[in-house]
Amino acid sequence: MSALLEIDKLSLEFRTRSGIVRALENVSLQLPEGGSLGLVGESGSGKSVLSFAVLGIQDAAATITGGTIRFAGTDLLADGGSAMKTMRGRELAMIFQNPRVALNPIRQVGRQIEDVLLRHTALRGAAARARAIECLADVRIPDPERRYSAYPFELSGGMCQRVMIAIALACKPRLLIADEPTTGLDVTTQAAIMRLIRDLGREKGMATLLITHDLGLARDFCDKLAVMHAGHIVEVGPTETLFRTPAHPYTAQLVRATPVGQERLENLASIPGNLPDLRRGDLPPCRFSERCELRSPACATPLPNLVVSPGHLVGCHHPQARSSP
Amino acid sequence: MHSVWQKRLQTLRYVVGENPLSLAAFLLFAAFVLLALVGPAIAPFDALASNVGAPLSPPSLAHWFGTDSLGRDILSRVIIATRLDLGIAVAAVGISCILGGLAGAFAGYFGGWTDRIVGRLSDTIMAFPLFVLAMGIVAALGNTVANIVIATAIINLPFYIRVARAESGVLRNAGFVEAARLAGNGEVRLLFHHIIPNILPPMTVQISLNMGWAILNAAGLSFIGLGVRPPDAEWGIMVAEGAQYIVSGEWWIALFPGAVLMLAVFCFNLLGDSLRDLVDPRRRT
Amino acid sequence: MLTTILKRLLGAIPNLIGVVVVTFLLTRALPGDPAAFFAGGAGTAEAVEEIRKKLGLDKSLPEQFIVYVRDLARGDWGMSHATGQPVLTELTTRLPASLELTLAALLLAVIIAIPLGILAATRPGSWVDHLCRGIATAGVSLPTFFTGLLLAYIFYFLLGWAPAPLGRLDPYLSAPPLVTGFYLIDSLIARDFPVFVGALKQLILPTITLALFVLAPLARMTRASMLGVLSADFIRTARASGLAPRTVLFSYAFRNALLPVMTTLGMVFSFLLGSNVLVEKVFAWPGIGSFAIEALVASDYAPVQGFVLSMALLYVLLNLSIDIAYGFVDPRMKIEN
Ligand SMILES: Nc1ncnc2c1ncn2[C@@H]1O[C@H](COP(=O)(O)OP(=O)(O)OP(=O)(O)O)[C@@H](O)[C@H]1O
Ligand SMILES: [Mg+2]
Repeated sequence: MSALLEIDKLSLEFRTRSGIVRALENVSLQLPEGGSLGLVGESGSGKSVLSFAVLGIQDAAATITGGTIRFAGTDLLADGGSAMKTMRGRELAMIFQNPRVALNPIRQVGRQIEDVLLRHTALRGAAARARAIECLADVRIPDPERRYSAYPFELSGGMCQRVMIAIALACKPRLLIADEPTTGLDVTTQAAIMRLIRDLGREKGMATLLITHDLGLARDFCDKLAVMHAGHIVEVGPTETLFRTPAHPYTAQLVRATPVGQERLENLASIPGNLPDLRRGDLPPCRFSERCELRSPACATPLPNLVVSPGHLVGCHHPQARSSP
Repeated sequence: MHSVWQKRLQTLRYVVGENPLSLAAFLLFAAFVLLALVGPAIAPFDALASNVGAPLSPPSLAHWFGTDSLGRDILSRVIIATRLDLGIAVAAVGISCILGGLAGAFAGYFGGWTDRIVGRLSDTIMAFPLFVLAMGIVAALGNTVANIVIATAIINLPFYIRVARAESGVLRNAGFVEAARLAGNGEVRLLFHHIIPNILPPMTVQISLNMGWAILNAAGLSFIGLGVRPPDAEWGIMVAEGAQYIVSGEWWIALFPGAVLMLAVFCFNLLGDSLRDLVDPRRRT
Repeated sequence: MLTTILKRLLGAIPNLIGVVVVTFLLTRALPGDPAAFFAGGAGTAEAVEEIRKKLGLDKSLPEQFIVYVRDLARGDWGMSHATGQPVLTELTTRLPASLELTLAALLLAVIIAIPLGILAATRPGSWVDHLCRGIATAGVSLPTFFTGLLLAYIFYFLLGWAPAPLGRLDPYLSAPPLVTGFYLIDSLIARDFPVFVGALKQLILPTITLALFVLAPLARMTRASMLGVLSADFIRTARASGLAPRTVLFSYAFRNALLPVMTTLGMVFSFLLGSNVLVEKVFAWPGIGSFAIEALVASDYAPVQGFVLSMALLYVLLNLSIDIAYGFVDPRMKIEN
């Protein structure tokens, strides 16, 4: 079965004044049509960089040094990303964190949806406007006609995020990347936004890549999880498997640090150590090894890619085989 | 304290190494200061004496910058003028910095009506095109060098007020000020011992950014015939004296003083930019 | 919208009052006794006293201020001793010359500076970027009166491309019939093309001189604000939704970058009006700047004060229009204050 999105051994670097930042190394991921994948990991692990690379909107200082990204069979990196240019916003779309600043502050929100429609569809004039209003209604914004001419500063954070979802879904994309879509929103709004993304995804048969550092959210929402640490994907697998039998020590620690149900915050474990400096020339093959309790001399050798069970992969010399009942 | 200066020195090395222009500007600055100090001693001729050479003679070995219509040596006059030009600017900026700094610090620290009065004053000055206001002030107070200094100081005031006011407004609630306040220090003491020392770095940057502009303004005022009187050597007035000869081809009379003036302003502006990078690396553009 | 404009108008009133108060104080600070001055060197004590009464100098300061404001409002801005004309008449006949020069320079500066700033911001580290930074620092270091002379020397004396730097029009051409006072426009209205070309030729060098000076702050600000906006989140959203690069650059980035540029326009106008005086002197431009300089040299104070006041009023007006235009571009301004 060929996946909708297939990332294979992708490596990406930033050339900066203070050295080369190896932000992604040999990252591989698959996402099937209509599936939902959660990408989790602590701040700075490279989740956003990865999603930007998929859309081809990475920073000018970034260079992709290896690997491929295929979307529905098309190589997105071929010809300097020319295929991407026609698909971005139409076949793949993205929503960002901090919706208030992610919308153009001096353009009416309806017009911002219209801009996308004018670019990707044959709709013009009144028809485009009508469709933009429909998009607003689709994301359950009350009174869409009036909201069409609102500016972002006149809307609440949750409303802004709905507008952004409307922009992303305006052209009915096959893949939606949501980069921490609920940061900066209050808890009830968070739930509403996540429900909206899930419902719209199911309605339209759209695949979703959810980026978050909230494992609980990912657990509720995704069938599969990929765990990222310092530019590596350390473990991929079905969500429940990963929660019950995490194989990578980092995943295990993340899971232990995630509140379940009524658990109190102070009972949660925290992950010792910091992400390594990605500019270092002597980064070990396993970038987690310096924080890891299970470190052994073997960790200085190239990483294996072990299959724990079908669909459950881990990049570690000491996978935790312990399975809980 | 020691390590702060070490760090500054390091940043200085970094900024200078990064931008060789900063180094050039610094050397140039040193040269101008030297000229201002020892100018009269090294000028080859008496700057005020007529007929030290044939009138209107172009640059030559004897008179590197040529001579003007009265046969005065332009090089000597340009050198002598350094002290007057820099002196006016330094005096004006000094006055402006002290008065504006104090007013701004009081306004930012105490807020309320102090703030409103100072703000109104600064807004009123800024409501004028500044050079035009300077013209009006010199015209009203009288056509003297001292009044040029006063006028230049007045039009610079708002910039210092703004910097000092913003900084002290922030510092007022800073942790270490709160601590000193709880320790029973009076407000005025706090202002002078804790606030003002800490607004000095941004004020220094403002000074170096303003210096070039102050020189330009003072030279502009004397170019239109205000302040400095003719026999005295000053860059602006020398350009004015050479202006009528430009159209008949005697370019050197206006060119040299003008070019030196430009160089001085350029040097101060570059220096100001590097200093700002040094004190506040975030604002680098 | 109308209420916004009204609010802006009200907001300008304190500045207006400030300007009038300051100019009033400046007229009272005349060197020596203004009455003695107006009476002339040979004035007897009685004559001085007479004039003091006539000028209202025997009244208290607040009373004098009221008289001053009343006279201003009536259009009585004093007389010019040198020309024997009312100051207000002199100023209004000369104002178009100054405005034509100033606006031409502003236009030229904007046309060059904004694309330069945008290019520099979209290609950081490129030669355009270095050029932009160089201009930004070098441009503000230029003494306008000196660059003007230099340009006149090169383009008039050496190359002979430009006409003599003497006024708005060659002496053998006659000014077009007065409509707007702008020779370029009036000559077009009169379909007098030789005059149009002649006026344009005279205008070019002073315009370039002035534009060079104000180009720098404009280019620097455009570059800085464009750089800031281009790294904003909403630009990433626009790119992620596949909008054309041109749409992203102009409809999204530039419109937003314009806002800080507009706020610096006030400072730019301040520079422009100030240097305008110097450039008028260099090019013998018959505007209000050179009028003021002549009056200054002749110790004729009423025109100087009139000049300062009119420039300040013009500046307040310009700032007001910037404010109003800002309100149109930025929807957020409607709610705040
Ligand atoms: N433009 C850039 N130049 C240099 N380094 C960069 C740049 N953008 C990102 N990085 C580096 O890449 C790494 C990954 O950053 P990224 O933003 O993808 O993290 P993240 O996982 O999305 O974190 P968060 O949860 O905080 O959003 C970080 O170490 C960051 O410093
Ligand atoms: Mg991120």
